[in-house]
Amino acid sequence: MERRIAVVGAGSTTFEPDTVGQSWKELMYEGASSAYRDAGLNPRKDIDSFVTCAEDYWEGFSIYDEFVPDQLGAVLRPACTVSGDGLHGLAIACIQIMSGMVDVVAVEAHSKISDLITYNDVVLHAFDPVYNKPLAGHPYYVVGMEMNAFLDSSGNTEEHCAGVVSKNRTNALRNPLAPYGGEISVDDVMESEPLFSPAKKLDISELVDGSIVLVLARAEKVKEITDEPVWITGFGWNSDTPWLEGRDWGRASYAESSSKMAYKMAGIANPVDEVDFAEVDDKFSYKELMHIEALGLAGRGQAGSDLESGRFHPDGDFPINVSGGSLGCGNLLEASGLHRALEVVLQLRGKADGRQLKDVERGLAQSWRGVPTASGAAMVFER
Amino acid sequence: MRRVAVLGGGMTIFRRRLQETGKEMSFEASRMALNEAGLELSDVDSVVLGSAPDAFDGIHLKGENLLDGAGAVGKPYIRVFVGGGTAVFTPIAGWWHVASGLADVCLVVAEEKMSSCFPHPQSAFGHIWDPILDRPLKPNLVWIFAMEMNRYMTVHNVRKEDIARVAVKNKRNALDHPSAQLAADLTVDDVLNSEVMAWPVQRLDISPPSDGASALILASEDVAKKLTDDPVFLAGAGWCIDSTMWTDRDLYFPEYVARAARMAYKMAKIENPRKEIDVAEPYDPFDYKELHHMEGLLLCDKGEAPILTREGVTQRDGDLPTCPSGGLLGVGNPIAATMGIKACEIYWQLAGKAGKRQVPTDPQTGICQAWGDLMQYGSVLIMRRG
Repeated sequence: MERRIAVVGAGSTTFEPDTVGQSWKELMYEGASSAYRDAGLNPRKDIDSFVTCAEDYWEGFSIYDEFVPDQLGAVLRPACTVSGDGLHGLAIACIQIMSGMVDVVAVEAHSKISDLITYNDVVLHAFDPVYNKPLAGHPYYVVGMEMNAFLDSSGNTEEHCAGVVSKNRTNALRNPLAPYGGEISVDDVMESEPLFSPAKKLDISELVDGSIVLVLARAEKVKEITDEPVWITGFGWNSDTPWLEGRDWGRASYAESSSKMAYKMAGIANPVDEVDFAEVDDKFSYKELMHIEALGLAGRGQAGSDLESGRFHPDGDFPINVSGGSLGCGNLLEASGLHRALEVVLQLRGKADGRQLKDVERGLAQSWRGVPTASGAAMVFER
Repeated sequence: MRRVAVLGGGMTIFRRRLQETGKEMSFEASRMALNEAGLELSDVDSVVLGSAPDAFDGIHLKGENLLDGAGAVGKPYIRVFVGGGTAVFTPIAGWWHVASGLADVCLVVAEEKMSSCFPHPQSAFGHIWDPILDRPLKPNLVWIFAMEMNRYMTVHNVRKEDIARVAVKNKRNALDHPSAQLAADLTVDDVLNSEVMAWPVQRLDISPPSDGASALILASEDVAKKLTDDPVFLAGAGWCIDSTMWTDRDLYFPEYVARAARMAYKMAKIENPRKEIDVAEPYDPFDYKELHHMEGLLLCDKGEAPILTREGVTQRDGDLPTCPSGGLLGVGNPIAATMGIKACEIYWQLAGKAGKRQVPTDPQTGICQAWGDLMQYGSVLIMRRG
């Protein structure tokens, strides 16, 4: 795709396991005002449209959309809620701009999951109400089953998954936004408490609070806003069946289809050679390997051994989750994809501080909406 | 910008649909729209779904649950959500898909299943309030609409009789709608003598909760020209949200609707909406809301809508036919799915497919609008023939 849309502003809060001192409105305000400052824009005049990615039950409201405008500067302006991940929201902002209706769009996503005392029950509430929900239990049993199916069909191992945890939590030590940085070894993960076998405690990302905002602009507007635009040159999103029983549990078909759509738009034939680094969903350790293979960044069954060889480490051939990912930064729910986009933008701007990658021109961000969905998105960014 | 046409519409019967799931209703409406367009699901490039609170269906991530019923497996699929405004906002989101070049054919589906919220969908509305400022007062939607209606009547010195005429007109129009839930031949006195809910709102001033789904097929001009000689095009869109703090504004006029309308008129190059709009479907969950929204849509002066209604201008054979479908008051109010009596109705009226509901003036340009969140959201869509 030609260079039609760029990220012209980016901001976020830090990510914290608890934010007792701030309301969800204050988190959103902090994320938004830092992005507007970064872009040098006044939302009340300069931003044409606002998109928030949110779900009622995460927020504890019916019609959460009501509570969005004031803290974003969107009062009496075009605004809407997209019930999807932050990357879905970015894609919707892109097509708003491409449709010609608006020029500048702000996309917000957040998690205030510390307000929710019944996370497990809410996740279970997303299961099919007739066939699955009555089975009850902790909804992450699905994670154990899927991890098992993936490892069995791909040939990757539990140790490979533990290697993902070790890499990402070590990476997070260099990310000032991340609360879960740590020198975690493969053995530490393997010896952690089995929870949803074969998934162990350290294979699972912890929930955190935070808010992220990106501002996008049409090419004609970009020059007057920023000297360091990061262009969006391809994006895609896709959903597999909502039926747990109807999926191929060994592969992430939503990631295959959404990346295919994004690569096509960006004119990428071979992502391994044409993309420099990626931020992929790792809400659970095996998901990173599953997604790497679905995105065509490693052959089927190869992601684990490639990881072992150091290929995905910050100094490897194809760095993945330099930010620390969800394992290192925490699970931001619908904001997870926007966090991935934020990291890619910072890397391409050369503003990733101690974790800055050298000579990167093109990066990929990918998201998955979490249990029990098979929905996700992918986006290609260029300097 | 690529022009975008409407090729087909569909909607289920609006009722308490205990036998069908939301997935099944979504399928039914989608299949009807595809049949009308002469297309198959394999022709659809992307799917947009609109549905209001998850608490109605009682399913977290409701959009994910409904996606196979809406035909979206293996396709780019997104759900948008702006409260009651979703009914007209969802086709606007579909418009972006086609106008951007991302899709040549986009299936737009709107679904609501309120009856599974027990004992009454009103209980889901218990959670729409600010948890500190409003919720401890245990407010109820009928109460705050009573406040808005009262304010509107007070500012413009409107009589209840003139508001009741809207309910009479819409419920009578609904007699011609095959999906209608509360069609009736009533008199103004019937409305004025109905049970008082929260003064000045009475039983027959209100639309009924309902279950249902509706769907629209949007397509690029190239696809449209292969399938029809006389396509209906999307001509203007606007959407706008006001502050969450509803207590801070004068409720007599919906400024957010006016801003959304101006955005849509500008896009459609309409300078004088009163002259250029031939048929209108403003959101009418309460009878006074039709009047409120006619004024918000700038189809008449502030305070003039009750007079036009009294003079018969808004009747199906009047100068400005308004809610010829029968509206929410007559056909029913399954929140997002009312797309079927707003956006679908305007399409059917312009395409000459409205059957017994067809307005007799050969309309060229029509407008529809929905309203939602906490009396703070306006979504507006304009369609035009050729």
